[in-house]
Order: sequence, then structure tokens, then C-alpha cells
Amino acid sequence: MAESVVSVPGSPAAAGPAPMPAGGAGYWAGVLRRLLRDPVAIGALLVIAALVVMAVFAPWLSPADPFASSMLKRLKPIGAEGYLLGSDELGRDMLSRLMLGARLSLFMGITPVIAAFVVGSTIGIVAGYAGGAVNSVIMRTIDVFYAFPSVLLAIALSGALGAGIGNALLSLTVVFVPQIARVAESVTTQVRTRDFVEAARASGAGALTIVRVHVLGNVLGPIFVYSTSLISVSMILASGLSFLGLGVKPPEPEWGLMLNTLRTAIYTQPWVAALPGAMIFITSISFNLLSDGLRSAMDVKR
Amino acid sequence: MSAGTDQAPRARGESAPGAPLLSVRGLLKHFPVRHRGGGAVVRAVDGVDFEVMAGETLGVVGESGCGKSTTARLLMSLIEPGAGEVVFDGRQVGSRDLPLREYRRQVQMVFQDSYSSLNPRLPIEQSIAFGPQVHGLPARAALARARDLLARVGLEPSRFAARYPHELSGGQRQRVNIARALALEPRLVILDEAVSALDKSVEAQVLNLLLDLKQEFGLTYLFISHDLHVVRFLCHRVMVMYLGRVAEIGPARALYEAPAHPYTRALLSSMPSMDPDHRTEEPPLSGDPPNPIDPPSGCRFHTRCAQARSVCRERTPALSAPDGLRRVACLIHEPDSGYAASPALSIDA
Repeated sequence: MAESVVSVPGSPAAAGPAPMPAGGAGYWAGVLRRLLRDPVAIGALLVIAALVVMAVFAPWLSPADPFASSMLKRLKPIGAEGYLLGSDELGRDMLSRLMLGARLSLFMGITPVIAAFVVGSTIGIVAGYAGGAVNSVIMRTIDVFYAFPSVLLAIALSGALGAGIGNALLSLTVVFVPQIARVAESVTTQVRTRDFVEAARASGAGALTIVRVHVLGNVLGPIFVYSTSLISVSMILASGLSFLGLGVKPPEPEWGLMLNTLRTAIYTQPWVAALPGAMIFITSISFNLLSDGLRSAMDVKR
Repeated sequence: MSAGTDQAPRARGESAPGAPLLSVRGLLKHFPVRHRGGGAVVRAVDGVDFEVMAGETLGVVGESGCGKSTTARLLMSLIEPGAGEVVFDGRQVGSRDLPLREYRRQVQMVFQDSYSSLNPRLPIEQSIAFGPQVHGLPARAALARARDLLARVGLEPSRFAARYPHELSGGQRQRVNIARALALEPRLVILDEAVSALDKSVEAQVLNLLLDLKQEFGLTYLFISHDLHVVRFLCHRVMVMYLGRVAEIGPARALYEAPAHPYTRALLSSMPSMDPDHRTEEPPLSGDPPNPIDPPSGCRFHTRCAQARSVCRERTPALSAPDGLRRVACLIHEPDSGYAASPALSIDA
């Protein structure tokens, strides 16, 4: 006598929610479905998509040459003729520079986070699953890096390695690895003590198999959500490095660098000078809202 | 097509019915206590001997913290024992005769928390098929076996196989856990409070399912529970544990009708009686069990025992030699223990 038999006569859906397709849509399909029901997340997603399109097609979309300067047309206000968003301190078209600058800014925001996601997750999952002495050694080493404020660590590393995009990316990655590893370790430790991992061990499976089948699926989601929230931090840090002359070099447009070079114009053309900052703000808040949406979309428990 | 028909005849080993399938000798586990220097340990399981006969259901009862669950986890080799040996079907576990991996195929466990013991990210058929795949069954065959077992535990595969644990009720999840445990075709199943978290009506259904499965697959159960009624209903023999030691072990009927150990008697008298003419007359157990970090000397029960005498404080009772399958660790039943000559001990109120 199955209890399903007992419960069925009342309603056909008594045993579970109705919208479950027979084939099992899979966990990630469900996450996507819930994400697309969240208007804020959709908005953030659209903004990010627009930014990416803008960055990729910048050379074709931009109204003017972003490198053509003119001493006569310096610091035009927003809305000036021929300069929709004004011009910078060398008379270059702001709109074109902002569009092209999105390339480097997004690249420097996302790349270190992806690299750190791979490295940090690996370290954290190993530490979390191994536990005991291995965990202590790994996590205390990580804590040494974690003790520095991230801005300070990024600047120190970049300064030591020398200016340049590659070194800036490397130092940003190093900044994020400990943070992601910590999250990965704590999530893995939680999952490891659950009974289903014990049951998997009791069935004779090896550590690698258990991690692959039972741990990864339960920890990658939360780590991923945390990592997406780091993209905005990475963009701001990368901008900061460029601002200090440790990242991108002029005349290459990058939002942080543009913010730096325009700071002298803050009294004459405050609105133009604030534009790169506004772009950084819009991008980072979109990534943050998206990661918030992802977090709630991934929460299906009970 | 039921799960039973397409399985090859089980390797029955050498053990005849009634012979010990599992023998445990001097099993011991002490957990170190942090923040309490001086090498303090919790004596969770402190030298336990028992046997599980092939084909029987052995119940394990006792208060919380008496070492029931630790014993189960030790038997599953989920934690390393401090000492002691486990012999399964005449072969020592972990030896060359019976490597751990092979032993784990033969002994499976059902946990108490039905939700936590299923991977929330896997459809339940995958959870069931995982074990057989680990032991080399191709994915397709493992999934087929998972579906057979789902049908066998009363969950129609076409409706349930692709579901996730959060889409099932507690009773349904526990059925899945049972199917998962059976997927490796084990001979011994450890049920650690497997039905305790279920509603009474669902519990009865799952218990009946367990009885059916036992018959169909020729299983042996180690049934850990705090519910004395359920243990009496289900078990052939019962083992009573107190503070990491075995107090008494014997056939369920004899043990329930004439408990030999004062602790068993107290435990049974705490069972609410169904018959108003037979009210509980024994004094019930009061207070909590003593701290297992620093257990009482001698007989561990003497601090709460109504029949304790001064000798109980000094002498540790050994588990008596089997007397018609019955063994008890109490000085009252130990000849020449000096119990009779010893003055009575007053228990602190």
C-alpha cells in the first residue's frame, strides 16, 4: 500500500507541485524560469546585454573617432552640437570614448572574477571536503591574503608587478581568489556533513566521485552567485588601478582612466566629468541586482 | 517486473539462518572534547559486544546520547573506531577477505532525516542509481534498477522517478531512501531512527513496507529507535544501551515481559500503557543520563538505579555469558559479585 495511493483521491497534485513536467526539466531550467519571472533581474540582464552589445560593436556604433582630439572643442557640455555627451579635456567625443571604454572596463571586470572563480572554487572545495588538517593549512594561508583590504592588496600587487593590463588582471585575480575560496569552503563544509554525502560514502564511492556527483551541484550555485557580485567590485578596483596609472595607459579609453583624466574638469564641466563614474555605477549595480536575482531564483528548498 | 525477479540469486555466503551475520567485539569510539584540555573524551561507545543473526531484526534502544547512532556510524565505517573488530559473515571487515568496499555493498543504512539524506540537486532515480553505478553497473542498467526499486517501495516510476526530493512528502522521501539502500542488494540494512520523523500513519505504512522487503529480499535489519512500541512490533531481539555500553540483550518477547536489567525495567515502565488496569507501577527514570565525558564509576547506571548497592559503585558488571540468547550486564545477576552482601545505596533525589 503506497501512500501515494492514499493521498491521490483528493487531488492529483497532492504529491507535489503541478508544474513539474514528467521528463524532469532539470534544476537549471527551473532557475532560468524563476529568474525570468523577476522584473528587477530581467532589467539588470537587459542593461548588461546592452552594455555588452555596445562594447562589442563600439567601432561601428560610435558617432565619432574616439581618439580624434581637438584643442578648440575641449570640454563641451552635454548636448553640444556634434557632441551628444560633450567632449573631454582633449576635445574627444565622450560618447564614442564611453562606448569603446566599455570593452576594457567589462573585460577587466569579468576576467579576474572568472579566473578567481575557477581557482578559488577548486581551493575552497578541496579544503572544505578534505576538512581537518588540510583545511586548516589551506584556509590559514588564504587568511593571510584575506587580512589585507582588497584595494590595498590590488594596488600593492599591481605596483610590485609593474603597470599594464596583464599585471592588473593578475593582481585582481589574486585579490578575489581568497574571497571566493572562503565562500566555497564554507558552503562545501556545510554540504559535506549532510546525510546524502554520508550515504554516498556508505555506498563505497571515492572522494572524487562524491565531489563530482553530490558536492559540485550543491556548491557551485552559491559560489557563482557570490562571484557575480564580485564583478562590480572588480570593475571598480580595475578602474581604480587605471586611475592610479597601474592599469590601462592613455590614450586607450577605459572608464576608470577617463574618470582620472577628467577630474581636473570637475569644476568646469561636472556633468561630463561624472559620466564615466555613472557608467561604472550602472554596470556594477546591474551585476549586483542580477546576482541578487540569481540567488533567489536558485533557492528552491522546501 | 519487480525488483526481485530479475536479480540473480543472492550470494548467501556460508551463514545459515540463525547464524551470526555480523559480530561486533569490543567496539569503542571516544570523541576528543575541544576546549576542555587534559585529553577529555566523550565515551560515546565504550566497548560494545553483540551479534546480529542472519535474517533477524535486532532492535537497539536507549535514551538519547547512549551511543545508538554512533554505533550505527561505526558499523557503516563512516567514522573510524577507536578499537574493536567487526566480523561480517565470518570475515573480518577491512581485512583482505572482506575489503571495506565490498563490505559497504553488503551493508547499507537508512538515515533519520529523509530530506538531508537525499541530494536536493538530483532527481531521485539518479540518487538511487548512484550506488550501483559506483560499483560498476552501467548507467542504463542502474537507472532500470532504480525504477524497479521505486515501484517496489510503492512509488510509481513514471510519476516519481524524475522528481526532486523537495517535491516529495516525508514518507515518500523515506521510501526513496529505502530504495536507495536496497539498490546495492545489501544483506544487512541499518535503520537509524528511519521512521521516527514520520507521522504515525505514514510510519505504519513504512514499517509494513520494511517487513515486506525483508521477506522478499531476505534482509537482516539493525533497527535503531527510541520508540519501544515499534521495536516490540518489529524486532526479534532487542539490545538496550546505556551510556555507550550494552545493558541487556535478548529476545524481544522475553525482554519485554521480564526485563533483567533495572535500566531495561525502568525504560519499559516509561512506556505509556494502553491498558488502564495495568498502570505503570515502577518508579520512572528521573533526570538526564550522566555526562559521558565523565561517566560514573563501576556500573554506569548506579546513579539512577533503584536497586543500587555500594558494590555497584566499585565493580563494573560484565556482559553475562549467553543464557538462552539472553545477556545482561548487572551485578544482581552476576554470581559472586558481592551484590547480595553489599549495603543499599541511596540515590540522590
